[in-house]
Formats: sequence, C-alpha cells, structure tokens
Amino acid sequence: MSELMIEARGLGKRYGNAVALKNASFELRRGEILGFLGPNGAGKSTTMKILTCFIAPTTGTATVNGCDIWEDPLGVREAIGYLPESTPLYREMLVHEYLQWVATMRGLKGDTANKRILKVVEQVGLEQVIAKGISELSKGYRQRVGLAQALLHEPPILILDEPLSGLDPNQAVEIRALIKEIGKERTIMLSTHNLAEVQVTCQRVLIVDRGRIVADDTPEALARSGGGPRYRVSVLTGRKLEARGGFRDAANGGPSAEEAFRKIRGVEGVHRLSKKNGEVQLEITTHVEDDLRPEIFRAAVETGLVLVGLEAKKQNLEQVFQHLTASAGGVSSGDEDLDEDLEDDEDLEDGSDDEEDDEDLEDGSDDEEDTSDDDEEGASDDDEEDASDDEEKK
Amino acid sequence: MHNVMTIAARQFRSYFNTPVAYIVMFLVLLVLGFLFFFWPPGFFLADRASVSQMFFFFGILMGLAAPALTMGLIAEERGSGTIELLLTMPVRESEVIIGKYLGALGLFSVMVALTLPIPIGVSTLGDLDWGPVIGGYVGLFLQGAAMLSLGIMVSSWTKDQLVAFFISFFLLVIVLWAAPLALGWAASGSMATFMQSISIQERLASMTRGVIDTRDVIYFLSLTALGLLVAFRALESRRWS
Repeated sequence: MSELMIEARGLGKRYGNAVALKNASFELRRGEILGFLGPNGAGKSTTMKILTCFIAPTTGTATVNGCDIWEDPLGVREAIGYLPESTPLYREMLVHEYLQWVATMRGLKGDTANKRILKVVEQVGLEQVIAKGISELSKGYRQRVGLAQALLHEPPILILDEPLSGLDPNQAVEIRALIKEIGKERTIMLSTHNLAEVQVTCQRVLIVDRGRIVADDTPEALARSGGGPRYRVSVLTGRKLEARGGFRDAANGGPSAEEAFRKIRGVEGVHRLSKKNGEVQLEITTHVEDDLRPEIFRAAVETGLVLVGLEAKKQNLEQVFQHLTASAGGVSSGDEDLDEDLEDDEDLEDGSDDEEDDEDLEDGSDDEEDTSDDDEEGASDDDEEDASDDEEKK
Repeated sequence: MHNVMTIAARQFRSYFNTPVAYIVMFLVLLVLGFLFFFWPPGFFLADRASVSQMFFFFGILMGLAAPALTMGLIAEERGSGTIELLLTMPVRESEVIIGKYLGALGLFSVMVALTLPIPIGVSTLGDLDWGPVIGGYVGLFLQGAAMLSLGIMVSSWTKDQLVAFFISFFLLVIVLWAAPLALGWAASGSMATFMQSISIQERLASMTRGVIDTRDVIYFLSLTALGLLVAFRALESRRWS
C-alpha cells in the first residue's frame, strides 16, 4: 500500500439550511487518479473547496499530505495544486506576468522559478500566448493557464475541478495525457461530467449524489456492478404481427412477450421501452454474464412472437452513473423513449376528441371497430398507420 | 512578510493595468490644483505663502478617491472568483488584507507625492513655513491610511464593487465628514464635542496648522486598525458561511 495522501472523515457542509455534503469519507493514495463524478450541485466542488481549505466543513475533518485541514491549513495549501471550477484568473495580467506572480507566491525564486515556468508552459502548451493578456485568451487557453498555475510548484497533490471543460477534443486529448503522465508519481483528484474521460484517465471513481458518496470503486468494477448485459428486443404487435403471420395474442393478451422473456434463466426483469409503428421495444436486464441472445430468440419463436430486433448492450459506467444518481435528474435513454411514447398517446387522444383535427378523425373512423378490443390507444394508432400502409401497397 | 509584499506589488501594478488608477489620480490632482488656486478667495488673491488649503481640499477629494481605490480590493476578487485561487495558496487571510491594503496605500502615496510641486512652487514665490506643510503631509497621510482601511473593510463585505464604492462613500463622507460638520455646528455641549471627536476633517485641520497632536494620531491609527481588523474577520468568516 502506498502512502496515504488524502483522508477525509465524515466531511459535511451546510450552507444555511441547504446540505451540500453529508458524511463523506474517502481515502486517496500516492499515484492514484481519482475521478469525482456527480450531477451538478451534488457536492463535488464543495468537497474540493474543503480539501483545499478554501471553506471549512461543518462536520468532520480531513488530512491532506499529513496536514490536518483544521490544524495546519497552510501546510495543506502548500501540498496542493488547485484548479477551481471556473478557472478564475487575474484577467488584467499577462500570462507570463501571472505565472511569475504565482511562482513568487509559491515561494519560488530566481532560476528555479524561471525553470519551473518554462517547464509548465511547455507541459500545458502555452508557448504561443505567453506574452498575451489573460483577458484575450480563449477558454481553452485560460484553462491551460489555470492548470499551469496548479502545476507550477510541483505539488504532491493536484485537485482539479473540471480540468477539461472548455477544451476542444484535441486539446482534451493532450491534457488528459498530461494528467495521466503527472499522475504516475503524484495524486490527482479531478471532477468531471464526462464519463468516458473517467474510464480513460482514472483508476478510481467516486460518485456523489445530493451530498452523499454513493459509490467508490474502480471504473471497471463499477461498470460491472450494474449486472449482466442488457438486451433490447423488438417484436411485432397487433395488425403488423398478423400481417406477418404471427399470433396476435402473443403480444396482446395471451402469453405476453414480457412474460415469455421473463421465464428465461438469468433474466432479471423485462421492461417495455416503447411501442411504435406496431413494434414493441423491450429491455431485458440480466444477472449473468453469458450471452442470452439464443435463449431470447428461442423464447420468441416458441411463443409465436416475431422478433425484428435483438441487440446486446454491455453495462457501462454511464448506465451505472445514471442508475445511482437517477432521481437527481439523470435520465436514462430508456426513460426518454418512454416519455416520447406517452406523448404520442396524448396526441392521439387529443386528435380523436377534437373535431377540427380532420386527419385523425377520418383515418380513425374506419378502424375504430376493428381495434376496439385493443387495450391501448397507442396500439390503435399503430394499426391505423398500418392499415393505410397496406392500402397504399395495394 | 514575503507574501504580503508579493500581494501588495501585484495590487499596485494591477491599478496601472486598469484605468482606475489613472482616472482617480488625474481627476484628484486636476481638481485639487483647480480648487487650490481658484476656490474663493483663491491662492493668488489671498496672497499668502500657505498650502494649508491644499490639505483641506485633498482631504475632501479623498472622500471620493478612497472608495474608488479600495472598492475592488476584495470585492473584485470575490466577484470574479480569483479569491479562491488566492486563498488556496499558502497565505494567511491577514496577509491578503495587509498586502492589498499596502498596494492601495502605495498608490495613495504616489498621489500625495505628486502634490509636492505645489508647496515647492509656493516656496519659490514667498516665504513658506515648512512646519505646517510637514504636519499637513503627515496628517494627510494618516487620514488617507484610515480612509483606505475603512474602504477595504467595506470591500470585504460584498462581491459587488459598486456597492462597496457607495457604502464606503457614505461612511467616509456622510458619517465621518458631513454629519459631524453639520451637527457640530448645530449642536452644542457634549454632542458637539463628540461630533468633533469623530470628524475626520477636524483632525486634519489641526495638523495643517503644524500641530501634531497625539490624540489625532491615535484617532487615525485606531480607525486604520479597526478597518483592517474587520476586513480580516470578514474574509476569515467567509470560510464558515
């Protein structure tokens, strides 16, 4: 086990009545790159501000590089290079002037200071703008100046609040490589919204949601924790199904598609995602790693379902993240589909009630009797469309 | 101390990177020269080799200049967020306050130094008594130090420079200058004495007569200390909010 660089114990922060952070405990060892994930306002920046001694926690304490944040805030600050969220810089200064000032503030003098400045300028790629005013710089360059000031005194710990925001993809690749390089001998804690970035850059992930730490693990382990692969299955329903020679009651009434798939061994649950154009899309969640596609296919055939789509999706960090932080606004793609589906239904209701909406009314009048046994209006909509499709073909 | 000077130097230089310093210095010196020479009865009509009027006018102009020079000291850092980088460097809150204060005091000193041609010019025209001039400069400097200190105090309360400007203007001009002046005339007895004792103008006036009274010095020094202490506390308490 390498040296313990950051140890947080029961950190909590309240702003008035609002709880920003609740009982957060975690550790960081030398050479680790920790990705700090969470929706906006989850407490990422608050945690970072506490660790850099910018604000004091309401409860708990932390040790940074062996210095307690209460006892020795200056020791903590010396050990940390910090890039705050919005990269606040003195806009009226020139880049080199600013770096010179930071060097002096960090106690670097003369030759050492100049060497370090040259080094970070090269590391983060600031050569082109060194003589420019900070206010003239683009967001990406300002971000680099922010990184440069954090790296200047070669601190053992780097705390970077969204270091890649505002960078274009090429710059992001460069800076990500730089972070990985620096992270070999130092400890880095970085917050981000970008999950792909965490998977590439970080050895460990800490997920916070509404002030609580909800996960602390390697990206791989977290991705696995979401269970086995998921399957997206599309089957035909209603008239479309009949037209293709399937059993109508397979999808409506009778043994439903959901039930059929649920019987497969290893399947955890089946959710209907959407129903459009006579196709039902289902998501099957599993708890085994094995490929269940053959079983799904067989079950569909045995039940008389017409399978028109089958796709296996490996669980990834994104889904786990969405799952863990779901109620705080993380919307999974499945939910979006569902929402759309609901909207479609509403449209139809409006249409059939509304006399002025001629199109819906005329189309609907022919099919109304045929489709009256359908449970859902969404289905009848599908059938209408199918019917007109068929007419066109004739 | 090293940190204090680094912060002070940056602050001093940053005044010249923005138009604030130039505007304040230009206006103060221009208006000061105008008032000194032409405010009735005017220097030439009065026909006396004295510059006490200059200190009087400079003191009044500082009511505008001090808020303008100090409004951004802390408020701007808080508004733009740069305070977060400053206070996560290995510096104490007190070093930040004193450093920034010294930066402002440095600029004020430059302004004061730029008025030197006036007494020097006057001394070539007539027989200038340097005693009151030196007393006046000491008083002016002490007064400026106190006003800037109250300015940084107000600046540490807000994120908005303009708000800081108006509050310190109110504090310096209304509370410490106009109100004591008006009430000192209107009231009598202990009230008048009290008003005189908190009046900035009253303190400066006695110094420009060449009298350096310990009480006046203590008055300005305690105002300075009060302002810096409150500013320091305000900056420190931010950690807990």
